[in-house]
Amino acid sequence: MKFDWRTAREVARLAALVLGLLLVAGALDVLLAQTNPFGGPRPPATPPLPAAGGLFGWVLAKQAAFYHELSGLIRAAKTDGSAVRGLLAVSFIYGIFHAAGPGHGKAVISSYLIANRETWRRGVVLSLASAMVQALVAVSIVGIAAALLGATRSTMCTADWVIEVASYSLITAVGARLLWVKGRGFLATLRLLRHEPVPAPVGAAVTDRHEHHDHHHDHAHHHGHGHAHDHGGHAHHHDEACDHDHGPDPLSLAGPGGWRRGLSAIFAVGLRPCSGAILVLVFALAQGLFWAGAAATFVMGIGTAITVAAIATIAVGARGVAEKMAASRPGYGTLVMRGIEVGAAALIIAFGALLLAGYLATERLVGLC
Amino acid sequence: MKILRSLLGSLAALLAAIAAAQAHPHVWVTMTSELVYAQDGSVTGVRHAWAFDDMFSAFATQGIETKQKGVFTREDLAPLAQVNVDSLKDFDYFTFAKANGKTTEFNGPTDYWLEYKNEVLILHFTLPFRAPVKAQRLDVEVYDPTYFVDFSMAENDPVKLVGAPAQCKLTVVRPTDTSVASNAPINEQFFNSLDAGSNFGAQFANKISVACP
Repeated sequence: MKFDWRTAREVARLAALVLGLLLVAGALDVLLAQTNPFGGPRPPATPPLPAAGGLFGWVLAKQAAFYHELSGLIRAAKTDGSAVRGLLAVSFIYGIFHAAGPGHGKAVISSYLIANRETWRRGVVLSLASAMVQALVAVSIVGIAAALLGATRSTMCTADWVIEVASYSLITAVGARLLWVKGRGFLATLRLLRHEPVPAPVGAAVTDRHEHHDHHHDHAHHHGHGHAHDHGGHAHHHDEACDHDHGPDPLSLAGPGGWRRGLSAIFAVGLRPCSGAILVLVFALAQGLFWAGAAATFVMGIGTAITVAAIATIAVGARGVAEKMAASRPGYGTLVMRGIEVGAAALIIAFGALLLAGYLATERLVGLC
Repeated sequence: MKILRSLLGSLAALLAAIAAAQAHPHVWVTMTSELVYAQDGSVTGVRHAWAFDDMFSAFATQGIETKQKGVFTREDLAPLAQVNVDSLKDFDYFTFAKANGKTTEFNGPTDYWLEYKNEVLILHFTLPFRAPVKAQRLDVEVYDPTYFVDFSMAENDPVKLVGAPAQCKLTVVRPTDTSVASNAPINEQFFNSLDAGSNFGAQFANKISVACP
């Protein structure tokens, strides 16, 4: 491929976008450092946060109220078995409200869905799966470290630290992989726009397209275009704009990873336990009712999944709207969509890197350490 | 470039929204405090007793070895108390004092220990002023600027004056529950308030003031 200064300029813009994102995120890091004053030190930071009014304040008040009810219900469950039902109900609602706060992978999952062109159904499943992994990790940490080994909080904190580092590294890796794949997709679209020949051998490309065409015919909702254009680069644009979740997309370099593709995202997000769950579990353990705490944690996870799935669905919907708008401008519209995907992938890297650096300290258990 | 700019703008807004959701309390403290006065009527310091919520108490005491199960003595908890006061230093002990409107600094805490009572931990400590101050008006506020810790005053007699001149008058103002009363939607102002000047936790401040003639 010969050097194209216009391509280079687009790449430079892309780099500027990514850099801008990192700068915005970096500026926030100073504002966000939050660790516990009763444990290890945290760097003194000025906390520039908005007034606790409105929706945010309401969520804050609700989740505090439910949190306080949890300990009372666990206590009550010691003598009154029927209190367990109340405990599970409150855990469920607490999960919903609590997940509206920081963490719980809302941002990462939403960005992942946008970057990877996933459907809302997959978004819901991803949210639920990662919330369940999160609950399982919390139960395992407290179950093994505290209940079996009698570990102190500082030991649990160390265990959590290791898990956090693994989780954030995985988030960064997932983002990096997406950026690589989507960056190539972006550049491929760019090349098509410049009417340059696709670097792949022509014969292979044609074969590929015919297979694709056949596949479309198996489905009732074929749009009836594309066939006539198959030998020119323009065909790609049509396919992109009408991308449904059936059939392999010729431009998607991610390949048909199926469910395995989402697995890394599920673990990246779900690995890090939520400190609310850890607190409930340790409290339940102290009350001699570990099983009640474990049950509450899983129900809490379902509540969390509902909130995360709702936000993920909004993200997927927003992407759909953007897609429709892009479809009206076949060439540049596609480019913009690819650009959004690249941006979302970059955002995941930014989140992962910042979390790893301990800055965007959302909902950290280390906060209790 | 227009697209880029608007994209950057919306992403900044997104990150700001995430930042806003950042602060929510993980630890709840119910406080009782005493203002300690010297013979000559000057105030020497603040004596705090902070009771933590039961969940944090269970977490903090997890795995601490005791002679008797579930009974934590002052000695058992001494290392934890040390960790607590050491790390509180970075937060100015969440205690902010003004004498006649002028910020007054504290020395490091003295007489600190943890007590375990009714399944909760209570942290006792005294914060002496750098120098005893005679003030017509003394204001002490207790809050966490980052709102990681939620401070509220005990229901009955949250603040006492110890050895204060008889004419001194104590006023206690609890934080108003803005979270319930306000219905303001998240608007542009919400994002604008994300500058270094605002102090999120201050609206949850517990205010103590003493007026002496």
